[in-house]
Amino acid sequence: MATITLDKVRKVYAGTMEAVKGVSIDIADGEFIVLVGPSGCGKSTLLRMIAGLEEITTGEVKIGERVVNKIDPADRDIAMVFQNYALYPHMTVYNNLAYGLKNRGMPKAEIDKRVKEAARILEIDDYLDRKPRALSGGQRQRVAMGRAIVREPATFLFDEPLSNLDAKLRVQMRVEIKRLQRELGTTSVYVTHDQLEAMTLADRLVVLNKGNIEQIGAPIEVYDRPASTFVASFIGSPAMNLLDVTSDDAGLKLVTGTGLAGAASGLDRGRYTLGVRPEHLEIADGAASGEGLSLEVTVNVLEPVGAESFVYASFADGGPQIVVRVSSHARHQPGEKLYLKAMPQNVHFFDADTGKRID
Amino acid sequence: MYRTRITDHLILILGSLMMIGPVAVLFLTSTHDAVEVHRHGLMASWGGHFLETYNKVLFEPGGFTGQATGMRMLMNSMILGIGFAVGKIVLSMLAAYAIVYFRFRMGTFFFWVIFTTLLLPLEVRIVPSYEVVQKLGMINTYQGMIVPLLASATGTFYFRQFFKSVPDELLEAARIDGAGPWKFFIDILVPISKTMIAAIFIIMFVYGWNQYLWPMMMTSEEVYFTLVRGIKQIMLVWVGSQIPDYNEAFALAVLAMLPPVIVVVVFQSWFIKGLTESDK
Ligand SMILES: Nc1ncnc2c1ncn2[C@@H]1O[C@H](COP(=O)(O)OP(=O)(O)O)[C@@H](O)[C@H]1O
Ligand SMILES: [Mg+2]
Repeated sequence: MATITLDKVRKVYAGTMEAVKGVSIDIADGEFIVLVGPSGCGKSTLLRMIAGLEEITTGEVKIGERVVNKIDPADRDIAMVFQNYALYPHMTVYNNLAYGLKNRGMPKAEIDKRVKEAARILEIDDYLDRKPRALSGGQRQRVAMGRAIVREPATFLFDEPLSNLDAKLRVQMRVEIKRLQRELGTTSVYVTHDQLEAMTLADRLVVLNKGNIEQIGAPIEVYDRPASTFVASFIGSPAMNLLDVTSDDAGLKLVTGTGLAGAASGLDRGRYTLGVRPEHLEIADGAASGEGLSLEVTVNVLEPVGAESFVYASFADGGPQIVVRVSSHARHQPGEKLYLKAMPQNVHFFDADTGKRID
Repeated sequence: MYRTRITDHLILILGSLMMIGPVAVLFLTSTHDAVEVHRHGLMASWGGHFLETYNKVLFEPGGFTGQATGMRMLMNSMILGIGFAVGKIVLSMLAAYAIVYFRFRMGTFFFWVIFTTLLLPLEVRIVPSYEVVQKLGMINTYQGMIVPLLASATGTFYFRQFFKSVPDELLEAARIDGAGPWKFFIDILVPISKTMIAAIFIIMFVYGWNQYLWPMMMTSEEVYFTLVRGIKQIMLVWVGSQIPDYNEAFALAVLAMLPPVIVVVVFQSWFIKGLTESDK
């Protein structure tokens, strides 16, 4: 068990390509941290610097009280699960689990005990004599987990471990990883580009964008109070509606001209980005009244997904299309006029230039 | 689905006959005695001197010193073939390992240097090579025959391509598991390369087995004669007014063919795997 401290960690590839731009995070003992962001944002690079697979250009990584910048991966007391599992193809499952322990010079009996125990936890006892080739994707995934568990490390590192599984297995393994981590209480850093995976697994999310941290926080915090338009559009599905608006003495209106009734006051004059989630828009009976945001839109398409449906609609003057979540029983026709409203606490404002949240 | 037709079989049978025909004739001719072969040329019938000829070729001393029995030549060819194959594999694997896994300065450059040696076959550099071996005092030794030809651009190239196709994560997993460069090579890389090794082994074994010019330059003593040289030697008596022992030459040729055939037959499934698929 250990804390992990990243202090202004930077990574520059080939002298010019800055993949991670001064990232600082304090990870508590036993915490499950998820690094999330679009492909290419530097998640893997950051994780691999913690693992010791990638040199740290500047900054400091501490595991426990120890600065590990110059320490070999094998001596950092970590275990890593890779996206493609990286099992040794010529070794049996048993030897895949045992290999790292053997290299440490652990006695045979102890190795055997640990391998059997890990196999029991992950329910792979029956495959111990098989080669990885003879296993299904899900089983390989478990073996990869097993190889991490037997080491009894201070830290688990996961790099998109579920990406190669089909949707159903992914959900199942996601639950299982969470349960295992709770049981073992091992500090974990988990990389994914899937916001749903991130939300469900994390104690705290770290949203990365182009090598910078956009926001750190508990999943629900990040969802409720996204720190920037980037986070707002990345976390949540479908993404938050973002509208370019201007504020003046007459109130708020879209840059295309349509006025927005009743939206939050107290904003200085100027341009802003207004954000509201599809699930926070409600269909009202008539034109605006009271506080909160009111919109008047025309339905383009109704998209049923089963448990709910989504309406895609646009404003009278064109402008951006917005998404609204409605009940699966709703029967809105294209061309139909809708009045939408949102509670004031569900309407977010961001600086039009920097994209930063304004409270 | 495609259904095999009789014509397909005919074509295949014809092809096989064309390949096997000359070998069969060679073998059948070798069972006749020398006079008959001299008189009638190649034969397609069983001659009845099989045991006698092959016994003589294998066990009866020949040459000036009487040290060049067939068995001896077979052994020499074997040493050459296996020495070549094993030496080349070890050397080219290590070279490819260095090039692929150690990002040293000018690694790619060195690879291409090795690669361009393909353009310089042995025959081009045979005189300087001879001089080097001679100065090292390795004339008339097995090392002299084998070592100077071990550096293998082909082998290095194949292993390099193979190593490059091994996912990086395998190395990383091994590093986390505490395997250093040497352990990774022995524990992981060599075992997963085994089909590739088999393929290269066949190619190099046959190459070494069939060497003629180089061993002839390196050795003058009959103890070092290889099968390929033995065949030539038998035919040489023509200069005396004797009939050359065609039957024996043919028998030697048959013997010279056997080991490579056996190697190919035994390793062929691995060979195909090594060149086409990989087990990663
Ligand atoms: N070995 C490398 N050399 C040069 N650039 C790299 C290397 N590895 C990754 N990068 C670059 O660094 C950026 C971040 O990569 P990565 O951390 O793998 O992203 P992610 O895992 O978030 O998809 C990408 O733009 C990628 O092209
Ligand atoms: Mg990645």
